[in-house]
This record gives sequence, structure tokens and C-alpha cells, in this order.
Amino acid sequence: MTAGIGTLSQAELVRYSRHVILPEVGLAGQERLKASRVLIVGCGGLGSPVALYLAAAGVGTLGLVDFDTVDASNLQRQILHSTSGVGHSKLDSAEARLLNLNPYTRIERYDTRLTAANGIEIIEGYDVVVDGTDNFATRYLVNDACVLTGVPNAYGSIFRFEGQASVFATADGPCYRCLFRDPPPAGAVPNCAEGGVLGVLPGLVGTIQATEAIKLLLGIGRPLIGELLLVNALDMEFRRLKIRKDPTCPACGTHEIKGLVEVEEVCEVPVAGGYAELSVGALADRRKAGREQFILDVREPHEWAIGRIEGAELIPLGELHRSLDRVPRDRDVAVYCKGGTRSAQAADLLAKSGYTRVFNVSGGILAWSAEIDPTIPRY
Amino acid sequence: MAVTVSLPAVLARHAGGVRNHFVGGGTLAEALASITRDYPDLGRRLTEATNPDNAFVAIYVNDEDSRFLGGLTTPIRDGDEISVVSAIAGG
Repeated sequence: MTAGIGTLSQAELVRYSRHVILPEVGLAGQERLKASRVLIVGCGGLGSPVALYLAAAGVGTLGLVDFDTVDASNLQRQILHSTSGVGHSKLDSAEARLLNLNPYTRIERYDTRLTAANGIEIIEGYDVVVDGTDNFATRYLVNDACVLTGVPNAYGSIFRFEGQASVFATADGPCYRCLFRDPPPAGAVPNCAEGGVLGVLPGLVGTIQATEAIKLLLGIGRPLIGELLLVNALDMEFRRLKIRKDPTCPACGTHEIKGLVEVEEVCEVPVAGGYAELSVGALADRRKAGREQFILDVREPHEWAIGRIEGAELIPLGELHRSLDRVPRDRDVAVYCKGGTRSAQAADLLAKSGYTRVFNVSGGILAWSAEIDPTIPRY
Repeated sequence: MAVTVSLPAVLARHAGGVRNHFVGGGTLAEALASITRDYPDLGRRLTEATNPDNAFVAIYVNDEDSRFLGGLTTPIRDGDEISVVSAIAGG
């Protein structure tokens, strides 16, 4: 390494020179960034600008959590990934891009979903967490893990043209549960896949999260602690609202939450007059949690005989329209078939018949066999 | 009397797709009722979503959470801005 000053090489001093001349950063601040560790949960719409800007800024270590692969539909907003990355793991795509941007960055990879089992272990040891996840279940896990480990959370979330940002779980500040105690019930809040999202919006909100992360690392400015920033891209309106630390908050107030508990996945939501997709993993979680739901198998009796999801009821697709009295209207209805096509037709029929809580089990029993219960034969 | 009520996109779809509504004053309950009268589905959803046991929607008067003011009895004055904030999870 060419001689530089302190921990920074000459090449790094050149690279970060626009930072170093800022009195609020300076050489000491840049060295501090280099020694810093930030965990980015989710390398999607929000995680993309966060990771790019933090790598560019010289944050020494970036932890990346993602288990997904790059899909063509991601590229409208997930600027960390490129067309050549479609079909590849997001971590591979992200690591290559970030190291190309800044070879001085150290990448720590977590090729997994953040869960109750691994959340604390992954998060502890980082200086700041940036929540760029896309579902309520993981957001509550991130919040609780940050409160339990004392690692601040630069939070952001988006929907359509609207975004939110804040900083949670600092020593004296509120946490996400102070604002919203528990995740919304299924059916209450749609996700981006259903509601859509303006591709630029995660750029706006993610850069706010990156800014907050850097402020926290450097101890400068006034981070969004105890404040919720609302962004409306259509009106280009930014509003700041107060978030009070709630003494009855089970996470940071009463501390009754002493460990991580898996939160049921609630992001899949039927739209009015329609139905939502439900992954087999989410269906399995719902069963495990004892959720009251009606599991409807719309295959033929000979397929039912090969194997079925325990607790399901069989009404072949062709008979469904005259058997609606057997399908309850007061609970979620999860419909499956072999691969997801017939069940989509059945879900559509139910939704058009006035059912409001209809879910199509993506991938059907083949996915169930592959991911949940391998004892069910594939046919 | 001009009081603005801003709805998030997830709830505006239950109010004719309109985000900003202009209502009269009184209390927070009265201000909201002047919208939910026309959009009963919105009213139902707001009641569910602000249930204190599982609230995933917060109602702000100016920059303060109404839970820490007077809840639905919070007095609303000319020029106040009511913001309905829903939990969202997209990323």
C-alpha cells in the first residue's frame, strides 16, 4: 500500500478527498468510516442505493443479507443489479458491483433470510443496521434484534409513490414498535408487488437511509431519531412527524420482548375483487402459528390420493362453482393445485363470487413437496 | 374553516382515490367523520387499523401523534393538518 496518513492509503485519500475537506468529516471521520461496519438487510430497491453510497463513501465493512436471485422485474428500481445478473444471486451481483465501485470495501455475505434463529447473531457486531426489507415479518425481526443488541436501525419503507424513513433503536430514542406495536393483520396492507412502486422512490428513501447511517457513524448532524420522515414523490412533499418513545412498548419500553420470535408473514394481501399469492413457506408458517384458515385443494381425486396438504379439503375445480357453500367466507382461503394454475382459476372464481380473503398457493403441491414436506410424492 | 386530512395511498383507495380532503373542525373524530360519512369502507378500515391493541395506522394532528394529544377527542383548529400514517413494508 502506498504511504498515506493513518489508516488511509494515498489512493484512498484521493478517493475520499471531497469528504476529507469537509470539516464535519475530516481525516478522523474518514478513518472512522473505514473502521465502521454497516449491515444492509435486503439488497433490493432500498438496499441498492444504500449499499452503493455507503461503499462509495468508504464505509469499511458492509454486511449484506439476501437470499433472492435477480429477476428482470427488479431492474426498474434495484440499481445494484444489472441485466447480466438476471437469474444470479443478488449477493453475487451486489458484491461484484460494490467491489468494482470501491475495492477498499470489505463485503460480508449472509445468503439467508433474516430469521428469529439467526437475527441476533447476524446483527450484533455491526455499528448500524439499514432496514431495506420488503415485508413486515422481517421488519419486526430487525427492529427487535436492533433493540436487543443496541444497534441503531436506519429504517426506510416504500409503497407506490410514498416512503417513510426514521432512525430507530438508539439508546434513548423510540423503536418501530413505539409507532406501530404489531404487524398488521393479513389483508390490511398491500405490498409493492401488488400495489406497485415508482422505481425512483427507493432511490429517494434509500439515500436518506444512507445519509442517516453516515451521520450515525460519524456522530454528526441531527439524525431522524424520534422523527418519521414522510416522503410523497407525486407532490414532492416531505413532512416530519414526531415519534415518541412509548414507555409501554414491549420492545424498548417494558422490555418484555427478550428474544426474537418469528412473525407470521403478512405481506401477501388480496386486492379488492382479486386474490393474492401465498408462498408455501408462508402457508407453512401460518399453519404452524395455528392460524384459522381454510385450505382448499382443487385437484382431481386421483391426484388427492397421491398426496395432500394435511387439513385441506378437496373440491375439484370443475365442481367449485356449485360447491361454494362448503367454502367459508369468514376466514382466509388458501387454494392449491399441482403447480398453481388451476388454483389461480379457482381463486379468481372465489374472488369474483365475493370472497375477500383468497390466496393462491404459489407453485402448488409441487412447491410444498420441494420446500416443506418431501414425503409428498412429486408426479 | 380549512383543515386538511392527508390519507396514505393504502387508504386513499378507499376514499375515491383522493389523498387530500378538506374538512371542518371540531374534534378529530368529527373531522374524520366528515370523510368517512361519504366513504364508509374507509371508516371501517380506520376503526380496525387504529384499534389500540394492534394499531398499524397512526393519526397525526400537525406533527404530533393524536394518541399523545386527546385521541379522537383532540380539538381541531383552523389550519390544522391531519395526517393518517399507515405502516408500509415495501423495500
